[in-house]
Amino acid sequence: MIHKLTLPLKDEDILAMHICDEVLLSGTLLTVRDTAHKWLIETFIDNAQPPSAREKAILEDLSPVLYNGAIYHCGPLISEHAPSKLKIDQVHFLSAGPTTSIREEAYAHRIMSRFHVSVLIGKGGMGAKTLRACQQTPAVYLHAVGGAGALIAQTVQQVHAVYQLEFGVPEAMWVITVKDFPAVVTMDAHGQSLHQQVADQSRAALKLLTLT
Amino acid sequence: MMDTHQKHGWKNMPEELGSALLNLIRLTSTDLPPDVEDALQRARRTERPGSAASTALDAMLRNTKLARQNSTPLCQDTGTPLFYVTHPAGYSTRMLRSEIEQAVAEATRQSLLRPNAVHPISGENTGDNLGGEYLPTIHFTETEDDALTINLILKGGGCENVGAQYKLPDENLQAGRDLDGVRRVVLDAVYQAQGRGCAPGVLGVAIGGDRASSYQASKQVFLRQLDDHHPAPHIAALEKDWLAEANQLGIGPMGFGGHTTLLGIKIALLHRLPASYFVTVSYMCWAYRRRRLTLRNRFALFS
Ligand code: SF4
Repeated sequence: MIHKLTLPLKDEDILAMHICDEVLLSGTLLTVRDTAHKWLIETFIDNAQPPSAREKAILEDLSPVLYNGAIYHCGPLISEHAPSKLKIDQVHFLSAGPTTSIREEAYAHRIMSRFHVSVLIGKGGMGAKTLRACQQTPAVYLHAVGGAGALIAQTVQQVHAVYQLEFGVPEAMWVITVKDFPAVVTMDAHGQSLHQQVADQSRAALKLLTLT
Repeated sequence: MMDTHQKHGWKNMPEELGSALLNLIRLTSTDLPPDVEDALQRARRTERPGSAASTALDAMLRNTKLARQNSTPLCQDTGTPLFYVTHPAGYSTRMLRSEIEQAVAEATRQSLLRPNAVHPISGENTGDNLGGEYLPTIHFTETEDDALTINLILKGGGCENVGAQYKLPDENLQAGRDLDGVRRVVLDAVYQAQGRGCAPGVLGVAIGGDRASSYQASKQVFLRQLDDHHPAPHIAALEKDWLAEANQLGIGPMGFGGHTTLLGIKIALLHRLPASYFVTVSYMCWAYRRRRLTLRNRFALFS
C-alpha cells in the first residue's frame, strides 16, 4: 500500500496508515536534532524564563509548520560552507538522510502534544512514550532509509529558513519543502510498532540459535 | 627528507599528495566500493518484491547510483575519517599527518565531508573536521614495499553506536571462554543492534587483545574485501557460519524484517592475557565507504 500525502495532514490520513505501508510525503517540514529538541522543550514547554522577543518570533514562525506537520530527525550536509555568511536562497541540501531517532525519546512526545505534530520521520524507531503519543495525537512515525542521503536530498525542493544556526549546521532547525519523500510507516496511530514486532521475532530466533 | 622523496619519485610531494588525498576523500564519500554494491544487489534478489526490505535495498542502490553520478556524499553522516597509511622507510609521519589534515579540512570546505568534530563538553563544532590528535584517526605502518598506500574508511556515527565489547565468560548470555561463547556474543550484538546501524551491515569481530587493541582490530578488518575470506580455513568457516546464523534472526534491511541483516562477518585474532578474554564487535553500515590510494613512482592508483 502506497500513500501519497501532502502536509499538513488530516487525522483521517493518519488513521489510514498502518505499519509496513509505504509513504511518499510532500510539503513543508522542519528538521530537528538533539540540541534543538532540548532547546524547544526548555524554551517553549518548560519555560523557566518567559521567552524573549526573538524566541516568540521563532515560535510564531514554527507553530504553523508543526501543526499537523512533520518533524524530520536529520542533520543535513549543505552546499554552503561558512555558516556566518550563509544566504538562505543559495543553500541546497546535498545529502540529507535520517539520523537515529531514539535519542529524542524523552523529548518527542512532549513536543508532539505541545505543537500537535502529525508525523515524525527518522530511523531506528522510537519507544513506548512516542508510540503512546502517536495514538493520542494521532500521529505516525515514518522510517526513512538510513544512508540514502543523496536520494532524499533530491526530494528537497526548497530550503526556506533556518533557526538556531548557532547550534551548527547539522543541529540547526531547517524549514524545507519536500516532494515525494520516500519512507515506510513503522509506528502507527493504532498502537502498532514494526520495531517491536521485529525485536520480538528476532529474540525468538536468537533463543533457538542459542539453546544449550 | 628530500633524498627520500627523490628516491620515491616525489620531487613535489606536498602538492601531488594533497590533490591525491582530496580525490581519495571524494571517492570514498561519494562512490560505494563495487564489492559492497554487488552484495546489496544480491541481497535485493533474496527479498520479497514489494516488501519493506526490498524497498529499502532499492533505495540504497538508487542512492548509490545518484551519489556517484552527481559526486555528492552517499550519506550526510560522513562519519569519523579513519586513515590507514603504509609507507616506505624514510617518510615523515608528521608531514603525512599534516597533509592528511589539510586534505580533510579542504574536503569539508568542498562539502565532501560534513563538519562533524564537536567539543566533547561544549559541543562546539570546529567546522573543519579537525579535532586534535584523535580526529582524523591515522594509523601508520612502515613497509618494505616502495609504494605509499593510504586507505580511508568513513565510519558513521549510527553504526559506531551499536558496536560493543564483551568480556568472557558472560553469564547472562551463557557465553563461556570458547568459540561457542564468542558465537553467542556475536549473535547478541547483532540482535541488540537491530536495524539501528543501518542494516544490512558488516561485522568486524576481534577475539582477544586488550580493550583498546581489540576495538582497533575490530575496525581494521573493514579494510578487507567483502568477498575475501580469512586465511585460516577454520576461521573462514566461522565467518561463513555465523553470517548465516545472523541472517536467520530476520531483522532485515533497516530493521524492517527480511533475510538480509548482515552482508558479512570479518574476524581478527589477537593474542591476549590469560586473564582477559575480550570479544569486540564493530558494526559497519551498508554505506560502507572504503577506498585506497596507492602512490608509486609518481603514479596514483585509486581502488
Ligand atoms: S549508520 Fe551509516 S548509513 Fe546510517 S546514517 Fe550513519 S553513516 Fe549513514
